[in-house]
Amino acid sequence: MDIPYIVQERPDTGLTNVKLGIWLFLASEVMLFGGLFSTYILLRINAVDWPLGSDILNVPIGTFNTVVLISSSVTMVMCYAALKLDDLAGYKKYMAATIGLSVLFLGVKLYEYVDKFSHGDYPSGSTFLAIYFTLTGLHALHIVSGVVVNGYFLGPGAALWNTNKEQFINRIEAAGLYWHFVDLVWIFLFPVLYLL
Amino acid sequence: MLMRWQLAYPFQPIPIIGEWLGDTRAPGGIMLPEFYNQLGAMHGTIMVFLGVVPLAVGGFGNFVLPLQIGAPDMAFPKLNMMSYWSFFMGGVVMLASFFVPGGAANSGWTSYAPLSVIATTGQTVWLVGMIFLITSSLLGSVNFIVTAVQLRAPGLSFMRLPFFVWAQLVTSFLLLLAFPPLEAAGVLQLMDRVAGTSFFLPSGLVVGDAPLEVSGGGSPLLWQHLFWFLAHPEVYVLILPAMGIVAEIIANNTRKPIWGYRLLIGSVIFLGFMSFVVWAHHMFMTGMGTTMSTFFQTTTMIISIPSVLILSALLLSLYGGSIRFTVPMLFALAFLPMFGIGGLTGLPLGLAAPDIHLHDTYYVIGHFHYVVAPGTLLALFGGIYYWFPKATGRKMNDLLGRIHFWGSFIAINIVFMPMFIQGLSGMNRRMADGGLEYSMNEDVLIWNTVISMGAWTLGLFQLPFIFNFFWSIKKGERVGNNPWKATTLEWSAPSPPPHGNFIEPPEVHRGPYDYSVPGSEVDFLMQTDADGPQAEPAKG
Amino acid sequence: MSENVDEIRAHIKLYWKIGAALMVLTVVTVAITFIDFSVPIAIFVALVVAATKGSLVASYFMHLIGERKWILGTLLLTVLFFLVLIFIPIMGHSDTYGRHVTVPNANAESPSEVAH
Repeated sequence: MDIPYIVQERPDTGLTNVKLGIWLFLASEVMLFGGLFSTYILLRINAVDWPLGSDILNVPIGTFNTVVLISSSVTMVMCYAALKLDDLAGYKKYMAATIGLSVLFLGVKLYEYVDKFSHGDYPSGSTFLAIYFTLTGLHALHIVSGVVVNGYFLGPGAALWNTNKEQFINRIEAAGLYWHFVDLVWIFLFPVLYLL
Repeated sequence: MLMRWQLAYPFQPIPIIGEWLGDTRAPGGIMLPEFYNQLGAMHGTIMVFLGVVPLAVGGFGNFVLPLQIGAPDMAFPKLNMMSYWSFFMGGVVMLASFFVPGGAANSGWTSYAPLSVIATTGQTVWLVGMIFLITSSLLGSVNFIVTAVQLRAPGLSFMRLPFFVWAQLVTSFLLLLAFPPLEAAGVLQLMDRVAGTSFFLPSGLVVGDAPLEVSGGGSPLLWQHLFWFLAHPEVYVLILPAMGIVAEIIANNTRKPIWGYRLLIGSVIFLGFMSFVVWAHHMFMTGMGTTMSTFFQTTTMIISIPSVLILSALLLSLYGGSIRFTVPMLFALAFLPMFGIGGLTGLPLGLAAPDIHLHDTYYVIGHFHYVVAPGTLLALFGGIYYWFPKATGRKMNDLLGRIHFWGSFIAINIVFMPMFIQGLSGMNRRMADGGLEYSMNEDVLIWNTVISMGAWTLGLFQLPFIFNFFWSIKKGERVGNNPWKATTLEWSAPSPPPHGNFIEPPEVHRGPYDYSVPGSEVDFLMQTDADGPQAEPAKG
Repeated sequence: MSENVDEIRAHIKLYWKIGAALMVLTVVTVAITFIDFSVPIAIFVALVVAATKGSLVASYFMHLIGERKWILGTLLLTVLFFLVLIFIPIMGHSDTYGRHVTVPNANAESPSEVAH
């Protein structure tokens, strides 16, 4: 017996296994970042004084990164759409763009971190810096994982297109859901850390 | 058992093993308090995260669940492997922590800050180990839920699922949503220990006469909130699979359906939901304030309702049954009063006022051990005896099973019942000297020796089980597909199941517990049986 | 895949529009910081804008509009517990919001203050 509903949707739930699986995983990720946001709130409430985000962090750079990441979300959804239109070349173009934008985001983040360290601002410096580095650090790790997965799907993983188009589309959809989630977390991280 | 030696005979050399422990842990064979604390913290950690969860969820879940829903495998086999290896790495890391300088983690399995932040290296290793173990559970829970939802055989609606599957499904949701905040907290504590941050370190903390050189501004309470947000649902993770196992065994050995199937399902779902909003009943003594205490006291009292309903339904299932006292049934029957005691002793702890007296005493230790050890562990033993034939094609030896049961059942009560007495008189937990230093403990110190004797006896009675288990794999009585004459789908598969579990994909035509169906000519009907009368829709 | 080419192309147009909307909202996110709100209001406004952007990503890019019950149900449960995790620890301070608490200290020369 083969495992069913890898490609076909199960009639009563309307889902493929991977669709349900990735959403469950994302639910756990909501709780993970939730724990960290809860930490932020508790630390800020307890603090005698809490700095204004824009006094410590560079808002234009943060804004630039936000634009970069949102763009990568757009290109990611275009990957999926291209595949649905049977356009492998289009898919590869958009996937490369997604990865490129992600690497740009990481590069800018690295610049921000190095800039902070060179001024002696380490996570141990204050609770603000601690939660800033932890939240953005964990987020960045998620981007790195996304880049690895997306890179695989651009490269060797794309071979599945030749044998089972539907399954490949499902996988890209799942990768896309993960990627949009990463973008969503940043949509909240940016104002909370940089602007408030 | 090492801990029990120290408690019964404080500061006396441990026989034989004392020499092997070495001078950093037990110079002259006498256990150092630091080592006692390591044993305490690691006993809790290992039992919960390397013992019960992997066995109840990982072991029973992975093996029984796909069979009980008629699936060929878990939904994501490769993810399953990843989950196992992550668990394995976590286990290796945890055990290795005993050998780092300073020994293993020693701040309790609860790892409260700020002590855990300034503790020895073993704590960092503990945190790394936890991250592996949490990841393993998260991946596993995704697998369980997708499998249970998507891979049910044709005809197997949700209301025809065995209660065991429902219990595992709710358990998986608890793992999925409750573990991540602890993973976050683990990362934060790692940052505090390794990167010098102050997530959990308040300002002005002084250690050994010198103020800590950290930024301060953190909150030890934050750790407790994040820890218990997981750890409370975690205890339901520990009990629900056991309840599932007991239900299956009782139905099979009473030859009648479980009483109140719908009530059980409603209760287990409600229980799972409520388990997320009771956590701060572990924090009544932190000075949170009366609003918080009242809120959590209320939710805790409410959560006792579904627990009682489940226990009552299982008890009522015995009424009118044709009871077969097989070895699994002995364990399942024992579970009922043991869980009853465990649950009832939780009530004064869940109320803020009596908790003032009982918090951090041996009463707490007695309470939670009753639910997990005489409770879950006995149920898990029952499950092993019950499903061993399915996994191996052979039965375990009956006489050895009965010796194992009776010895364990009696000994385990000798171990944990006196702890209530000790706790009620105020004896604190986590004391390496067994409470010698406090005069209020004088009258109850004698129980330490009794408990320790009980613990060593309990250990001895596991020997027949271990022998039985391994011997029966090779030499046990051979059996066919359905030695217990049970109804659920796993008994349609060959014993042991081949790759793909079933020879032909099963089709389900009836509910999970069609024993003694009125109007039927046969004693029981399997879920795959199309012919024969249908049982009436489940009552209750 | 039950969609035809025209439907997919319509989706693509929609995705570009959503992308543009997200860029505009990003500008809004930064621009409103120039308005001098009090801290609680600023937090509220920032979260509203972020939630709007987030909803667009979730509803359209992540296809939550018209998604199946199991997914929506799981997410609803998750959001609920997320809110519990965020708000309940704050409740721990609710007894002391806005009050100065004076605690007599036997060792100090003057009463110590614990303010919130």
